[in-house]
Amino acid sequence: MQISRGQKMFNVFNYILMIFLMTVTLYPFLYVAFASLSNSVEFMSHQGLLLAPVGFNLNAYKIVLKEEMIAIGFRNTLFLLVTSVSLQVTLTVVGAYVISRKNAILVPLFTKLIIVTMFFSGGLIPFYLNVRSLGMDNSFAALIFPVAINTFNLIIMRTAFITIPNSMEESAMIDGAGPVSILFKILLPLVIPTVMVIVLYYSVSVWNSWFNAMIFLRNRKLFPLQLVLRETLILNSTNAMAQTGRDSEGVSETIQYAIMMIATLPILVVYPFLQKYFVKGVMIGAVKG
Amino acid sequence: MRYKKGKIISMIAGEKSKVYIKDLKRNYSLYLMALPILAFYILFHYKPMYGVIIAFKNFSPAKGVIGSEWVGIKHFIDFFCNPYFFRLMKNTLVISLSTLVFSFPAPIILALLINEIRSKWFSRIVQLIVYLPHFISLVVVCGLILKFTSDKSIINDIAVLFGHERVSFLNHPKYFVPVYVISDIWQSAGWNSIIYLAALTSVEQQLYEAAIIDGASRWRQTLHITIPGIAPTIITMFILRIGNMLNVGYEKIILLYNPVTYETADVISTYVYRKGLIENSWSFSTAVGLFNSIINFTLLIFANRLSRKINEISLW
Repeated sequence: MQISRGQKMFNVFNYILMIFLMTVTLYPFLYVAFASLSNSVEFMSHQGLLLAPVGFNLNAYKIVLKEEMIAIGFRNTLFLLVTSVSLQVTLTVVGAYVISRKNAILVPLFTKLIIVTMFFSGGLIPFYLNVRSLGMDNSFAALIFPVAINTFNLIIMRTAFITIPNSMEESAMIDGAGPVSILFKILLPLVIPTVMVIVLYYSVSVWNSWFNAMIFLRNRKLFPLQLVLRETLILNSTNAMAQTGRDSEGVSETIQYAIMMIATLPILVVYPFLQKYFVKGVMIGAVKG
Repeated sequence: MRYKKGKIISMIAGEKSKVYIKDLKRNYSLYLMALPILAFYILFHYKPMYGVIIAFKNFSPAKGVIGSEWVGIKHFIDFFCNPYFFRLMKNTLVISLSTLVFSFPAPIILALLINEIRSKWFSRIVQLIVYLPHFISLVVVCGLILKFTSDKSIINDIAVLFGHERVSFLNHPKYFVPVYVISDIWQSAGWNSIIYLAALTSVEQQLYEAAIIDGASRWRQTLHITIPGIAPTIITMFILRIGNMLNVGYEKIILLYNPVTYETADVISTYVYRKGLIENSWSFSTAVGLFNSIINFTLLIFANRLSRKINEISLW
């Protein structure tokens, strides 16, 4: 096939544009990395693009790693990841299995009750008052139970169960298996790829969430990482840390970048390997949603 | 007649309850499995929905939702007469329309461009990189935004080269919306393009072959085959977007705004947050939130009906 000149020009233009877009996407991360590795005083007087650390040193990281709140934040977030995600995945798998069954009279009613919540909600204040009235205020319970099921993930999981041919279940039922053993022994192994997808989705949302922690937690010992980050990056209260780092203003800048780096590095490391699962989740969701 | 009708109904009801009892016997273990899930939805979705009635009451925690006295639509009237009412509506609409005009088409254009990349591995790398910002936590993204818009930032270094003055963008009301929208595109255009890329793969290849035989250029193919091919996806996403018209999320704004920029940055949801959770005006802020959701839902129904009429595509 002949490629016209206009076509060739477009291709070249498109490649240049894509390289530009990738640069714009990645540069902020590189900037943060370089800034975090810079000498704080030299960095303060630096202007323009940063293409390498200025006055390379690891002081900012040394200070951040000694900071108690960062350690507390990481510990709490890890705890929440384990507890919250296992509860979420268990409930989502069981719930999706139930609403994917076709031969039970009440199932369509359950499904409707669940779908309705995607369109209607009580809103922020009734949600807040409800969690408080349940006595979960100022505890991890307020961060775990209100988000125990995400309806989008439930629908993704349900789609996976529906696509399994009925014959699998029927033959198991003839052998006398109940719904619990059908789910865990026969169907679950077949939907493991989708379970992986929702594990990842839930993990990302637990890792990133800060708002519920902000409105429900007062005890600083319970703060998840993102809430600690909000204090240091947004509310700019690096003062405490800057004092341990002696020369106040200058250090706090590079410290903030080091904190961003430490908080993002785990994601940057695992992301390339997991990206295809995330994309798969969107595809499954798109079929039904 | 009446006797007969009643009898028939009771007979049907008897039959029905028999069916239900049989179903319960057969599926009781399935229903037991459903219990925790139903408990979750009742406790964390339906109970707060019921809690919305405090919008018509003067809620006090001591008296509870049921015990608090009714005040009718007082809180709604208070909101409409509030000096901030127009500012909140205007800001919400401006931010929402700006993201609709700029953030909504961005992933579609991006998907079309990625689709034109002939080299498989290059296309894969582009996708890997443009999806990335979606996974960075909002707090870190907003930290980045604050850094990159401060008066010492590299954006300002560049602006100075062109003879502009240094400004701290997020301390000026007029820059808030542009910063919000541009960062929104940076964050979400890549990830949102996935759904369009998926739609693009399902466009019939034969159509392209036929078009090439007819001598259609690539541009023509895009215009007459590709775009109509992904139109249903675009319309569905558009309806969802319209339904969320007044649903400007509070999380990002709360992280980025400050009292200096309330003038353009304060939207209904952030106002609900401040009034309700910082000033503890629970009933008033619930009323504001309810007003917001009613408009949203009306918009969603309206958009859905419109699209059903024009394109026979509907969400339900």
